[in-house]
Amino acid sequence: MTKQHPIRTVPGFTAEEVVSKIGFCEQLKGGVVMDVINDEQARIAEEAGACAVMALERVPADIRKHGGVSRASDPGMIEAIQKAVSIPVMAKVRIGHFVEAQMLEAMEVDCIDESEVLTPADEEFHVDKRVFKTPFVCGCRDLGEALRRIHEGAALIRTKGEAGTGNVVEAVRHMRALMSQIRELRGQDEKFLEKKASELRVPFALVAWVAEHGRLPVPNFSAGGVATPADAALMMQLGAEAVFVGSGIFKSGNPQQRARAIVRAVTHFEEPKVLVEVSKGLGEAMVGIDIQTMPPQDRLASRGI
Amino acid sequence: MASDTVKTAPIVGVLALQGDFAEHEAALRSFGLPCRRVRGARDLDGLAGLVLPGGESTTMLRLLDAEGLWQPLASALRSGMPVLATCAGMILLAEAVENPRQRSFAVLPITVVRNGYGRQLHSGTFPLRSSVLPAGTTGTFIRAPRITAVGADCEVLAWRDDDPVLVRRGPVLAACFHPELERRHPVYAMFAGEIGGRTATTAECGA
Repeated sequence: MTKQHPIRTVPGFTAEEVVSKIGFCEQLKGGVVMDVINDEQARIAEEAGACAVMALERVPADIRKHGGVSRASDPGMIEAIQKAVSIPVMAKVRIGHFVEAQMLEAMEVDCIDESEVLTPADEEFHVDKRVFKTPFVCGCRDLGEALRRIHEGAALIRTKGEAGTGNVVEAVRHMRALMSQIRELRGQDEKFLEKKASELRVPFALVAWVAEHGRLPVPNFSAGGVATPADAALMMQLGAEAVFVGSGIFKSGNPQQRARAIVRAVTHFEEPKVLVEVSKGLGEAMVGIDIQTMPPQDRLASRGI
Repeated sequence: MASDTVKTAPIVGVLALQGDFAEHEAALRSFGLPCRRVRGARDLDGLAGLVLPGGESTTMLRLLDAEGLWQPLASALRSGMPVLATCAGMILLAEAVENPRQRSFAVLPITVVRNGYGRQLHSGTFPLRSSVLPAGTTGTFIRAPRITAVGADCEVLAWRDDDPVLVRRGPVLAACFHPELERRHPVYAMFAGEIGGRTATTAECGA
């Protein structure tokens, strides 16, 4: 009898979870996950080539405007989107709100985003993602946050960026931090990795895995502030394997065309000529926010570290 | 004659519009097969084989059109070179696609239902029943398509319960599951053997 093994073993994940949970996330690579607030937008996203949609009641730009407590979306609205499209449907839960997560799993949502974009429900604990069969995606600003989320069971990591701003600067900061911290681990001895593990508050095995492979043990996507095809390609060149676009598409002048353009930009992220072609005549991008002028309490990225 | 041998270097093309093409590249390399990403028509020149990866078939369809790759790929798929298609890749090759209906290259006489085993919650690793794969071989099904009909000239190589999940017609091999996610999966060995065998034959002819 032949013994089969997944392409990689990941500390804390069973062999089955590596192929089915992380394997699901591998299928999204090279693609664009788009925020949608109703079935009509979901159909537009699918037709434009989105590899998945994120169902939510308000895109981050409107969450900022609206204020108040932001929670998981109406199950009826998520179901309408699940019925409307054949691509995976993701949805968000508040950080630490494991009951919202149980509800999304009961609805058979394909992937759960434990998201700083919603108002956190628990300031101490994230959801224990290991007890769920549904894969989770979580945001990070650096390697420590990424590995803590993976240790809790996240099968996919994305940069937090600063959602709803149309400003890519924070996503760039987070991706650069993550990638340079990964590079820093390469070739280090056990002593150094042990010190790092205790500094980052994660198991040694996870730090050792990253040091050995030179990357995260789960796919690494980008999110938070992507508004143009060039922004998407920028994140890909910095090391992202796929891109989440939130407010950037349906808050722009011509969502359909912009969605298609970003899809092509992610496939051809290293080909400036294609980027030029897809960027022509896209109309108004979403109005951006300068993060320097933003009061610290408005920054979503500092939630759930 | 020497130039012929150079031309038939066994480079395998991997359709790299979207999906887990990097996992396929890793699998090909583990069998010593060099590969090339296919993102435009010119990337199809001189290939010894072709892989259509997993991912989202609707995304791939959209990009095939945008890149003007539909016709060139259709010709390549009918050229007789070995092809391996997994999950979304298999959907692209099926003669008929349901749930919903969508376009396809129709080089495999099968009917597939997209997400035929349900949403991600129902994904997982399942035992395969087969007379050509080693005993104990499993397959990882991720929001997998389900084959509901197989044409007479299409060979079924493996089943999951009573469903055909690995099919072959001539040089085209397609799986509902993801052999590329596992190290040296027997299905990959089968495809690599096909490429290796053909290359050796071609080289012998050249010499």
